[in-house]
Formats: sequence, C-alpha cells, structure tokens
Amino acid sequence: MTEEYPHVGDVMARLGVIAATPREAARSSSLRLVPELLQLSETILETWLSAHGAEPTVRQKEGFRLLALHAQAARGEPSFNACRETCREIVFQNNVVSAAGDEDQRERAFRLMIMVVRHLALFVSGKLEVAGLGEFCCASRPLRQPAAEAAATTQPSGV
Amino acid sequence: MTGKYDKVAYYPGCALEGTGHAYNRSTKALGDALGLQTVELENWNCCGAMEVKNVDPKIQTYLSARNLTIAEDMGFDTVMAPCNGCYHNLKKAEYDLAHDPESKSVNERLAGKAGHRAYEPGHVETIHALDWIKQGIGEEGLKAKVKNSLKGLKVANYYGCMYTRPRHIFPEKDRGPGSESTLKPHFMDDLLEAAGAENVEYPLKTSCCGGAHTLSDSDTSTRLVLNLLETAEACGADVIATECPTCHSGLEMHQMRAEKVFGKKTSVRILYFTQLLGLALGLSPRKVGVHENFSDAMPMLKQKGLAR
Repeated sequence: MTEEYPHVGDVMARLGVIAATPREAARSSSLRLVPELLQLSETILETWLSAHGAEPTVRQKEGFRLLALHAQAARGEPSFNACRETCREIVFQNNVVSAAGDEDQRERAFRLMIMVVRHLALFVSGKLEVAGLGEFCCASRPLRQPAAEAAATTQPSGV
Repeated sequence: MTGKYDKVAYYPGCALEGTGHAYNRSTKALGDALGLQTVELENWNCCGAMEVKNVDPKIQTYLSARNLTIAEDMGFDTVMAPCNGCYHNLKKAEYDLAHDPESKSVNERLAGKAGHRAYEPGHVETIHALDWIKQGIGEEGLKAKVKNSLKGLKVANYYGCMYTRPRHIFPEKDRGPGSESTLKPHFMDDLLEAAGAENVEYPLKTSCCGGAHTLSDSDTSTRLVLNLLETAEACGADVIATECPTCHSGLEMHQMRAEKVFGKKTSVRILYFTQLLGLALGLSPRKVGVHENFSDAMPMLKQKGLAR
C-alpha cells in the first residue's frame, strides 16, 4: 500500500485537491495527473484487501494492476463486483486521456475520471463500514442467514 | 414494430403500487400509446424483494416462481417487469430452478402446500420494460410515433445494479450486436436517442447507489447518490433517466437529503424513461405521472418545451 495515502479518507482528500485544479491548469497537466488517479484507485483496493488480511497483488490484468486488484478482491466476494464496472470505467477514462486528440477531450475525460475514482472510494469506504453493501443486490446473496449474517457483521481488521 | 411483445403479462410488483406509482402509470400509458397491450397478473404476490431474500433465498425463489406459474396459467410465455428488483428476482428464480436441485425441490414442496402447480423453468420469459420497448417496438418504430421530440434535452441514463448483476442470471445479455451489455448497458440510451434526446456520456450508469442500505447506513447512500448526481451535472445532463423505482426513489430522496444534511444542492432532475418517452409521444406530464415524482421536473420540462 502506498505510504502517502494509507486510508481511503486520504485518497478522498487528495481527490478533492486534484478536482480543484483550475481548468486551464488541468488542460495542460491532465496527462501528468492521470497516473496518480490510477494509483489512487489502486490504493483504494489495496486498503480493502489489506483490511481483509490479503496481500495486494502486483500483477496486472489486461495491462492494468487496478483490474487485477479488483479481480483479487472479488474472488469469493461476489458483491465486490458492484464496483467492477467502476474500475473498468476508470481504466477507460485513463485510456481516453492518453489517446485524446485535443486538450478539451482530455480535460473532460480527466474530470470524469476523478468522479469515477471518487465513486470507487465512496463504495469501498462504505463497504468497509457495512460489509453487506452490494450483497443482496449485486451478489444476489442473503444477508440474514446465519453464515451470511456472521460475515456481514464481522468488521475487517485494521479499519 | 416487431410484434414480438404486442401482448405480455404485466408484473408491476409492490413498489409500482407505492413510491413508484409514477412508473406504473407511465409504463401503462406508454404501452397504450405504442399499441402494446399489458395484462396484469391475477393475484400476483411479492417477488421476495430484499426482505425475503435476506431471510431465505429459496422462499424468494418460490415467491417469484409462483408469479411465473400465474403468467403461464394465464396463457402467456412472456412476463414484463419494469422494476429492476422484480426483474432480477424473476430471472434469478428462473436460473435457480434450472440449476439448483434444492431450489427446485423447495419450490415444488411450497407450491404443493399452497395448492398450485410448481413452475418449471424455461416456460416463461421474463423481460424488463426496456426489452419490451426496444425489442417490441424498436428505435424506428418509436421514431415514427414521436410527436414532441426530446431535442435539446440532455440525459444521463442510470441503470442501477440489478438490471445487469449478477451476470449469470441474464444469459441473453452480452450476446453481441442487438443484445444488451452488462458492462455498458445501452437500451435506455438507444430509446431516448430515438425520441430525440441527447445522451451525455455518463460513466456511472451501473454504479452503486447504496440503495440496499438507504435506511441502515443513510450517509453512505447519500454520499454515493450525491456523486451520481454531481457527475451527471458535470456531464451536462438536465435529467437522469431511471428504469427502476428503487433507484428512482433513492436518487430523489437522497438528492433532498444531500442538501439538508451535507448542504450540497444539485439541480439535475430525475424522471423515469417511460415518462420521457411518453412526453415524446405527446402524452401530458399528468398522464405520465410527473406530478407523482418527489423531485419537481415541471419548470425544466416547461423550459425545454415538453410541458405547458
């Protein structure tokens, strides 16, 4: 896990700073800031994995560590797929920024990427608070059967 | 028109009789305007929703399956459920009965006790209201009936989670051209574009709104919804189009709560896609239940020339 942003709250704070980048500055610096957004996304998932006693993978999936981290987090935890598309959208916006032909398009994708990373942070921090987030809907799993109830009420370590 | 879904069994579900009544009203009005007939299931019951599924998913399977039996007994091979939760649960029941012997056995036992025939998987197709319009009418059929184009209206389409997750209960999705995508759903986008709307690129169309925890952990839900709303505004949307009563209520209620609790005001309006399509077909705002929404969309609709 990155030492600079050890908690999701720190990630949120940094996102706020990046989001406040003035338009003109963002147009010129989005290419430089996008790797950091990707790294912040990875940090969010690292936080989740570490809190659950797992060693975050350093592998990549489809060229992105973020997708590998998501796959690792979702293994045995189908409700974590509630943020699968969110992670893929982050990668998509990252690619748009990298491939954009003009600065307007790049800046727009950069802004969208910030919002999507923020959603990932909100979802994961919410799930760290209430483990059942995404259980009944996205995983289609019961919350109130004894085994599920025990899992849903067990707080991960380090939170 | 394809004629595929000219007459379908209609399963409104509980929400459409309560907080989602505007969706019920607008779905029926839209069907009438398009010449699509819906016949409500007789004596339908709750699909098991969140509550029963949380206690015992096999009882939820039985409850959903009973509705499928009713549809079949009424002579239908298709049941249309506009609510994502109902749609999801009926699809899940279909899947579980086909793949899980224990679910099948429990369903047969409970159906026997209740005194009706147990549903056999594969007899009734469950479709969403989006499938109903997209595959029953299609974009060209819709365009031909538009009287009041949605031109100038910028829409962010929000599908929520249960329309596409978990993927294995939706075998008809992700089948290439013409089919719905679980990664980037587009049926609502396609229909609203056909009605003249300008869809904005909305990167959170299936992202979590925290709906299941709206009462137990309201702040998480409010923060998630606030980000959905702010992102829609950042994308330039006038409206978030919804296709689920739970998503819709959640967005509306947490929009108010975000202002009250966090002091964050957003102005994007929230309307069911059936309301927007109904307006495009020349139906009045009252006919499609705009007055039943919590969020007042009338000033925006007037400004866009969609209401007087």
